[in-house]
Amino acid sequence: MSSDVAVPLLSVERLTMRFGGLAAIDDLSLDVPPGKITGVIGPNGAGKTTFFNCLTGFYKPTVGSVRLNHPERGVLRLEDLPSHQVAHTAQVVRTFQNIRLFPKMTVLENLIVAQHNVLQKASQFSLAGILGLPSYRRAEAQAVAKAVDWLTRLGLIDKADTAAGDLPYGTQRRIEIARALCVDPLLLCLDEPAAGLNPRESGELNELLLRLVADEGLTILLIEHDMSVVMNVSNHICVLNYGRKIAEGTPKQMQNDPNVIKAYLGEEEADELLYGEKGGESTGVTP
Amino acid sequence: MPPLVFANDAPTAAERLKDASGVALIALLLGIPMIGLTTADQGGSLQVLTRWPLLAAFIAASFCGRLVVRYLLDALKRRRQAQDRQAGAAGAKETRRGGRMLESIGWLAFGLALVLPIVFSDNRYVVDTATTVLIYVMLGWGLNVVVGLAGLLDLGHVAFYAVGAYAYALLSTQFGWGFWAALPVAGIIAGVFGLALGWPSLRLRGDYLAIVTLGFGEIIRVVLINWTDFSGGPNGISSIPRPTFFGLPFVPSSDNPTFATYFGLEFSPMHRIIFLYYVILVLSLLTNVLVKRLRKLPIGRAWEAVREDEIACKALGMNVTNAKLSAFALGAMLGGVAGVFFAARQGFISPESFTFNESAIILAIVVLGGMGSQLGVVLASVVLVLLPELGRDFAEYRMLLFGAAMILIMVWRPGGILSHREPTLLLSSEGGRRE
Repeated sequence: MSSDVAVPLLSVERLTMRFGGLAAIDDLSLDVPPGKITGVIGPNGAGKTTFFNCLTGFYKPTVGSVRLNHPERGVLRLEDLPSHQVAHTAQVVRTFQNIRLFPKMTVLENLIVAQHNVLQKASQFSLAGILGLPSYRRAEAQAVAKAVDWLTRLGLIDKADTAAGDLPYGTQRRIEIARALCVDPLLLCLDEPAAGLNPRESGELNELLLRLVADEGLTILLIEHDMSVVMNVSNHICVLNYGRKIAEGTPKQMQNDPNVIKAYLGEEEADELLYGEKGGESTGVTP
Repeated sequence: MPPLVFANDAPTAAERLKDASGVALIALLLGIPMIGLTTADQGGSLQVLTRWPLLAAFIAASFCGRLVVRYLLDALKRRRQAQDRQAGAAGAKETRRGGRMLESIGWLAFGLALVLPIVFSDNRYVVDTATTVLIYVMLGWGLNVVVGLAGLLDLGHVAFYAVGAYAYALLSTQFGWGFWAALPVAGIIAGVFGLALGWPSLRLRGDYLAIVTLGFGEIIRVVLINWTDFSGGPNGISSIPRPTFFGLPFVPSSDNPTFATYFGLEFSPMHRIIFLYYVILVLSLLTNVLVKRLRKLPIGRAWEAVREDEIACKALGMNVTNAKLSAFALGAMLGGVAGVFFAARQGFISPESFTFNESAIILAIVVLGGMGSQLGVVLASVVLVLLPELGRDFAEYRMLLFGAAMILIMVWRPGGILSHREPTLLLSSEGGRRE
């Protein structure tokens, strides 16, 4: 449990996801406090992405509940919502481990598609849109303005008219985040946003995430392998292994947690590190 | 000059000779039984004769032909690579210029379509063929929404064409509806059929959806053949009323005013042919305007986004089922409207007009034209309708020619004749918002 008193934005209770005999997530409970960055780490196959899929409606969990305390809409049970409702109603928006942009569409179009629900409503079954009514034009201009705003803030504005698929990998990662931000998320779930980024780019990512929390009051749930990102930006970290939560706490605590070190390094090497000749306290899980 | 030269870019003379020798060897192996040896009737018994000089000529021709073909292919490849590099450097500006050029080609095509029946006002064959082209253009534009924009592989588009045609045929022959009243209604009926098919099947993807739509197309045809009371079965429905010019029929003589008497013209069967041409021209232009307009609206962007990545759409809060259903229903409706026109033009319809072959041709038009490209559909329709027509002189080789042309187009331009995608809105120029 984290120390803050605030009501958690998201509470996951006894979540279990089984595929046949395999429990990809096993009895996982986790609270995500609002306005903070919560990191989810764990070795490959620990169930991190499955956890995200359960949160965002792509999988229906076998057992357990995922409750979101929406400031306007009250408590929403995410496990009952179809995936598009999770993003639209609950405002829980995710990115993907393997980038999923609309490659042939321009960057700007990608960000406009993210505002589909607002625009579709304004176009009134496309009628106002076909007729080009001022109400629709205004909505479209606003959508473009919002997209431009995010593109400017993320330093992507000069790429606005380029096809998203033609851009380098690191840029595509940022576009995916910008696109998710256009949905107006309460909770942003980032699945390995630093994968494939070079050290400079992941440094920029750190800054961006911290700024989003500070300026926008956004809550972020972060799956990440890059320890330089997780350890530097997370307020709170949850460690998964074989679908179970094996530890939870501040980044500092996690770096020295024997269970975590074991999970990452294996039993023997961890013993050496923890109880060996050196016994240094600064040994962490940094790869 | 090119910074990167791959080994196969410029093969050495030895490599070329080796390549051609390989082909010559195959020619030799194939040629011995097929050309080298022949049988002849000599005095009542078959004798095996040899034709070595002919075989040698054949091998030499293969050898030289291969050298030439290889050289041309390499040259083409080098040029393509150079173009790709240039295109990569030029970037967005190039795209915009390409778009503007296509637009002017589009206007040119429109102008030609407008004056065609005036120029050929006494040539029924030309106007008839042009009308057929336009029917396929309209069908292609309808299917383009489904396949090109929304990325849903539909192999049974002809089903909606049939629904539209039969809806008009039945409404007019059984209930006395006129062409213009039946046109939107039949379109809507086809659209409802699209929804009915789409609702259960659109959760399927790619190949699976293709099979379901294929099955649907066949179901409609088989029902039309066998439900004799309803559709007339294999005999079809005949004497379907022709469209009138605002109530003025195109008939040689009548008690009421006809088109010819009203305008004080001498009756000519060409009037109706030309009128029908303009009707389908207007219908397809309306389709074009509608689809172009929708493409720049949220729903159109949603279609394209679904084509690009369905899962990402869901993660962004888009109701993917609605987006797909609307694409399917719109495509079906446009197909239905084309069907109404077809029934009115022919005056007779039977299930034979709505075979899988039609679906395949419509799909080929969309794919050959370049998925999602409106102008591409026009060019592909012209090619696919005119090729068999031009090929009439080749008699039984006609379809062979047709197939070869399709293969060539796909080899030459794998993305279709026009694979250029025009962005729906651009930031850099305010003009991007408008047409």
